[in-house]
Amino acid sequence: MSFGHYIEVGRMDELGRMDSPVHRLDARVKALATLAFIVAVMSFPRYELSALMPFFLYPFALMAAGNIPFGYILRKLLIASPFALAVGIFNPFLDRQVVMSLGGHGISGGWLSFASIAVRFALTVGAALALVACTGIHRLCAGLERMGLPKVFAVQLQLLYRYLFVITGEGLRMMRGVELRSMGRPLRFRTYASLVGHLLLRSMDRAQRVYQAMVARGFDGRIRVMRPAGVGGRDIAFLVGWVAFFVVARLWNLADGLGRIFTGAGL
Amino acid sequence: MSHHVIEARDVFFAYPGGAEALRGVSFRITHGEAVGIIGGNGAGKSTLLLHLNGYLAPAQGEVRIGDMPLTRDTVASARRAVGLVFQDPDDQLFMPTVFEDVAFGPLNMGLPDADVEQRAVAALERVGMVHLRGRPPHKLSAGEKRAVAIATVLAMAPDVLVMDEPSSNLDPRARRRLIGLLQGFEHTRIIATHDLELVVEVCSRVMVMDAGRIVAEGPTVELLNNEELMQAHGLERPHSLRHHHPH
Repeated sequence: MSFGHYIEVGRMDELGRMDSPVHRLDARVKALATLAFIVAVMSFPRYELSALMPFFLYPFALMAAGNIPFGYILRKLLIASPFALAVGIFNPFLDRQVVMSLGGHGISGGWLSFASIAVRFALTVGAALALVACTGIHRLCAGLERMGLPKVFAVQLQLLYRYLFVITGEGLRMMRGVELRSMGRPLRFRTYASLVGHLLLRSMDRAQRVYQAMVARGFDGRIRVMRPAGVGGRDIAFLVGWVAFFVVARLWNLADGLGRIFTGAGL
Repeated sequence: MSHHVIEARDVFFAYPGGAEALRGVSFRITHGEAVGIIGGNGAGKSTLLLHLNGYLAPAQGEVRIGDMPLTRDTVASARRAVGLVFQDPDDQLFMPTVFEDVAFGPLNMGLPDADVEQRAVAALERVGMVHLRGRPPHKLSAGEKRAVAIATVLAMAPDVLVMDEPSSNLDPRARRRLIGLLQGFEHTRIIATHDLELVVEVCSRVMVMDAGRIVAEGPTVELLNNEELMQAHGLERPHSLRHHHPH
């Protein structure tokens, strides 16, 4: 099951169920802090790079305090990275104006903005993944719903997430069946087409049965979660502390400032 | 009012674009009875079960739970009264942990958290799986999954238990445990299965289905001993009924 190992089906659920100081925080304050983080990161001008660096503190802090393995989040980031790279890949060709020089080499605005996009992608998606990993999708959705997210979106998000496992499970079983009878030969296109079609039909059937089972147990369009903990002092401190940090890091370039202090250039 | 009585009156059903799956099914099952529904593949057993909690609605005829016809207005209370255990436990278990899965039904019933917790634990204790409460369901063995799937339904305190192939994919020990469990329930039980030995041990009455109809109905031992009837509907006379001497 090397393929299944690669996708790590269910790992996110396991991480979300662990217990740590970050896991115990209310889902809403974590969601709000992460939202503030994303807004702050996205509000920088397009050529900004150095001022973004202090923001790496947030996802790393979540992972460290939540015992989330760094390598796991990094692998997930890599899977999603083609999307971000596709957004910025043409910048270096379209924007050739040199905006800074590094060790005698002129660096064009295109390359700089491309790097900026890549860093922002790593920051925001990394923080969102860390958030899900140290909260659990169920608690996160319940928290978002209590903050006023329409019920239908919360349920959509949860079912999308749940059926992702259903469909990968079906796919893995099919691939195993194919591998065992293909004698190591590569698949022909026709076979692929048939496989994909079957996967769609199978996952629709299974989704239907899962839904039947949910309806049989009184599902009415809302997924309920137990122990919706109240917001305590620690939750408030988490939120206020991080938002204050984001504001400071947005208004002043901390990396630059730190560099000046170390090089004695003064602030 | 008791919900333990369940009745079908001349139920017809056809899947969209497909052949008729049920063609005039009638029966009445009373309080505390254990009834087996047997018949070959495609006889209409699963389709019939989906009618009993209102997931499918008959094209013609009606299903009555207690003394109420199952309609759009009564479907919520019918689902509370009739607990359905599906053939594949993987379809039934979809929450991140065993406990959350068992709590799913009671939470949907709008019970307070303390009651939900108490019910879920009691249901898991009943099937002997309380030690698995924190585990993710997809990591359990087939026998454990089946037991937990039954607990998810028991937690809703149904009057009638409806099961589709409860002993499929179980090893002999897990199957033996299941039979003991089924024998111990005081609920009205309706069990669709190919496991005729299980029917002999658990059910006092059987209904034989073929091509969308109930073709025979009566006391278990009498019906299953009828070799001709069994053969005619893709079944066989159970081994345990052939030999009355001890092995």
